[in-house]
Amino acid sequence: MTTGLKTTAISDSKLLFEKSKSGKEGIFLPSRKFQDDFSRLIPADFQRKDHGDLPEITEPELVRHFVNLSKKNFSVDTHFYPLGSCTMKYNPKIHEDVASLDGFAWLNPSQTEDQVQGILQIFHELSRALCELTGMDEFTLQPAAGAHGELCGMMLTRAYHHSRGEGKRHQVLVPDSSHGTNPASAAQYGYEVVQIPSDARGRVDLKALEDAMSDRVACLMLTNPNTLGLFENDILKIREIVHRKGALLYYDGANLNALLGAVRPGDMGFDIVHLNLHKTFTTPHGGGGPGAGPVGVKKILAPFLPAPLVVKQGSRYGFDYHRPKSIGKVRSFFGNAGILLRAYVYIRMLGLEGLKRVSHDAVLSANYLRKKLSTAFLNPHNEFCMHEFVLSASNLESQNIHAGDIGKRLLDYGIHAPTVHFPLVVKEALMIEPTETESKETLDAFVEVMLKILKEAQETPELVRKAPHTMPIGRPDEVQAARKPILSFRDLKRDTQASPL
Amino acid sequence: MNFPAELRYTKSHEWVRRSGDKLIVGITDYAQHEISDVVFIELPHVGQQVEQGKGISIVESVKAAFDIYAPVSGTVKAINTTLESDPAIVNQDPYGKGWFFELTSSKPSEFESLLTRDQYESMIRQSAAG
Amino acid sequence: MSYFPITVKDQAEMLETIGIEHFGQMFQAIPNELRNPKIDLPSPLSELETQSWFRELAGKNASSKTHSSFLGAGSYEHFIPAIVRHIIGRGEFYTSYTPYQPEASQGTLQALFEYQSLICELTGMDVSNGSHYDGSTALAESVLMTLHETKRRKVLMARSVHPDYRTVTQTYLTGTSFETEEIPFQSHFGLDLDYLKKHLTPDVASVVVASPNFFGLVEDLKEVETLVHQNGSLLILVSHPLSFGFYKSAKEWGADIVCGEGQPLGIPPGFGGPWLGYLAATRSLLRRIPGRLVGLTQDNAGRRAFCLTLQAREQHIRRERASSNICTNQALCAIAACVYMASLGKTGIRRIAELNLENAYYLRRALSNLKEVEILTDGSIFNEFVIRLKKPVDQVNQSLFQKGIISGLALERFYPELKEQMLVCATETKSKDQLDQFVEALKEVLK
Repeated sequence: MTTGLKTTAISDSKLLFEKSKSGKEGIFLPSRKFQDDFSRLIPADFQRKDHGDLPEITEPELVRHFVNLSKKNFSVDTHFYPLGSCTMKYNPKIHEDVASLDGFAWLNPSQTEDQVQGILQIFHELSRALCELTGMDEFTLQPAAGAHGELCGMMLTRAYHHSRGEGKRHQVLVPDSSHGTNPASAAQYGYEVVQIPSDARGRVDLKALEDAMSDRVACLMLTNPNTLGLFENDILKIREIVHRKGALLYYDGANLNALLGAVRPGDMGFDIVHLNLHKTFTTPHGGGGPGAGPVGVKKILAPFLPAPLVVKQGSRYGFDYHRPKSIGKVRSFFGNAGILLRAYVYIRMLGLEGLKRVSHDAVLSANYLRKKLSTAFLNPHNEFCMHEFVLSASNLESQNIHAGDIGKRLLDYGIHAPTVHFPLVVKEALMIEPTETESKETLDAFVEVMLKILKEAQETPELVRKAPHTMPIGRPDEVQAARKPILSFRDLKRDTQASPL
Repeated sequence: MNFPAELRYTKSHEWVRRSGDKLIVGITDYAQHEISDVVFIELPHVGQQVEQGKGISIVESVKAAFDIYAPVSGTVKAINTTLESDPAIVNQDPYGKGWFFELTSSKPSEFESLLTRDQYESMIRQSAAG
Repeated sequence: MSYFPITVKDQAEMLETIGIEHFGQMFQAIPNELRNPKIDLPSPLSELETQSWFRELAGKNASSKTHSSFLGAGSYEHFIPAIVRHIIGRGEFYTSYTPYQPEASQGTLQALFEYQSLICELTGMDVSNGSHYDGSTALAESVLMTLHETKRRKVLMARSVHPDYRTVTQTYLTGTSFETEEIPFQSHFGLDLDYLKKHLTPDVASVVVASPNFFGLVEDLKEVETLVHQNGSLLILVSHPLSFGFYKSAKEWGADIVCGEGQPLGIPPGFGGPWLGYLAATRSLLRRIPGRLVGLTQDNAGRRAFCLTLQAREQHIRRERASSNICTNQALCAIAACVYMASLGKTGIRRIAELNLENAYYLRRALSNLKEVEILTDGSIFNEFVIRLKKPVDQVNQSLFQKGIISGLALERFYPELKEQMLVCATETKSKDQLDQFVEALKEVLK
């Protein structure tokens, strides 16, 4: 059997390469101005011999190709995404307009400070605003994503302990409900990861935490509200347990959308915070990035932040590169400037009252859905949630239907799947985060669809198990994709040659 | 499910076959069933020293990764490289062509303390009931 | 406010459904002493005010649209056809989520598969990932790949690699058991081969070289490749992706990994990001590649289908055992690069490379005629080279700025010994007039 060779008759899943025809061009380039013959001017040994096989295709065909591809996507602009811990909310259009202004888009990051006062002012004001919103003292804007911020946080943690002669702290604690990036980031930087169990309330088990604490622990990474959508109500006790032993408290900001303007991680006692600007501050997800993951710290950690920081002297903005204790740099130049810019537009437009409204409506919508759905599905932690909540579909196990199947069936109703099978502490988890930018009508329609799917699951389980039925494709064979990876057109050609039709 | 009587077993679902002074190791029928379609196996290196109970190999399905532990301490003498190109044989023939690696044991008593077929089977039954 | 579809009446109804009277009751798990902190933020702006305020701030920056720019140094001003912004400006692409639900993400998945395919064609390598954050982090992760693959502990890094890339890699390795050592460059910026030979010890996992390097020089990597592989080490090449339109591909040089900044592939400089780290490798390193990979397979009806694959390497499954912690990457930038590369196509890639070459060579020739200027990168180049002036670069640059020119980088900032040396860049965006004006202006300023 060959892989993926079969395409439908009038195939619209053809690759660019399969639409290529010799002699076509897709770009109007200027003609050569000078007459140098580079094939003679430059040593033959340096010149490319095998020119590869880029496709040849014209602009109208390219536009149709990509526009048709785009139509095979769900997106926030077209669909509701109740996707827990991902905060898929509306991305205001003005963000894109501002970011594409020439005075931002066409700046070289090596330009001198006097040439870029406008963007430096934005960096500076954004840093201050993030400090205010999180209760931290200083921010670096360098990390390019949440996980990158976590890695930066691990580096800061090490630098801090090292400076105090406590280099032996080599463990990082993470709750078993944590995001996968937490243990991965700690381990990537060489920390030993110790998992802390959740208790029956879905919170950090305080006894287990106390037992795990020692002078070998560098920090505890925590998401609050946690991935069950529950506020860690013992946070002040946790702070005490962790700090008493000289360890640091790290805040994974993935769920900050619940708390804007209402509660600040800095006040809870966190020493390091990363934010996901592509979640809380609604810069677009872009199908998996770009994001930005600024990291804020308390004063004691500020000397270790990556260089440079933006500073204001009088009315001038500039870079402070003189940071002798700095960990170095985690990314070239200053991070994903265009994303930072979009986040600042959002903060300026909403102001404090608007940002409070964000969390207010996000929490209200989540509790509304929780209330409406918790009788139909199992709700392992039936109490007020924050911006998201976790249901369990384990009541459908007898039908041999899993949380993932419900997610797939939702697609048929034009709703993106919730986060499924996460967090790992809940069996058959459906993690639902409506965000504040959905109308009550959309929320009600979602409830209706969920109840309908529940009914289908009981009456016509096959329909749910085999869903989706209306998407451009049905369920892909992921086993084959992993056993025999075809990762490029070249791989596909080779595969086709190896086993022709 | 099939658990050959001549093999020894671990609580972490490896099987061990004694063949002269060598021990051949794989995963049980129960384990391959739980993992479902195996898509990739990361094997130890020949010559690697291993310690009983330590993870030395990884089995991946599409959406999960599982550690395989050394059933006894010793040295890896051979690995089943066929698994690298055709991991599906673990699902098809877990006790035959789907073997993982061969060890020489440095502590013979460890082999004797592994589970017998009956002990392993009753462990599986209990966990299914629990 | 316009982003909040829940009305006051809705709010009341929803509270009633929830069964509470006040919103605050839902915050009962939050300790009182933490509630309602004092926060100081500027007052909100209307959209009209926002537009003009940010326009004003943009106007305080000098861009390559208001000035004639000869500054590169890791960020390049290249022509971007209109199609790129129109495609990635489609909400279906830019407001979509990571394609974990393949049935609802075939658009993003196929575009990323095509990106991977195009990077393979461009670099000649076997496998490309779906993007990394930027060139510097792509290099840091490439270095980690080689350390894990070879189980050795040391990396030799050319000092002619971009300073930020070196710093970032160093930062990733500080505190681990791994170390880096720098290979110096010779007077005309070529790699010091003798030094490499002496320091290529059995504990070296990989050697990192850039070509074109930070000084614009295209290096001869033939001997480097032989030496590195004889030592059982791996070769990592950092490169400007468009240079592969003319110069030998990474595959032809024998690199094991190629990585770098994908920004030149249809992404504006944007003061440093969002950009795109590209990373491609030989097939034997496939399992070590960090980040997302899109694979082609078929669906349950036998139709062609795309999905994320080899996910069990990744953090959301393996957690602390993952090959990297990366999650969100630069997908939309990869789609931009995909559209750009497809627009160039087989003939365009060669032509864009030659347009860069001809401007850079023309400018270098013209500057070599000035007696106040000495050309230091005198070997093969792509679009950048180093000149020595007889005045401090900062001072020269200030005068040039008065004449509407954003001039080259003062190298002293990163290499204290390179006083009065400037890294000049001329991409295909420069007209003959602009090139001539730069020469004239420099001549005047140096007088």
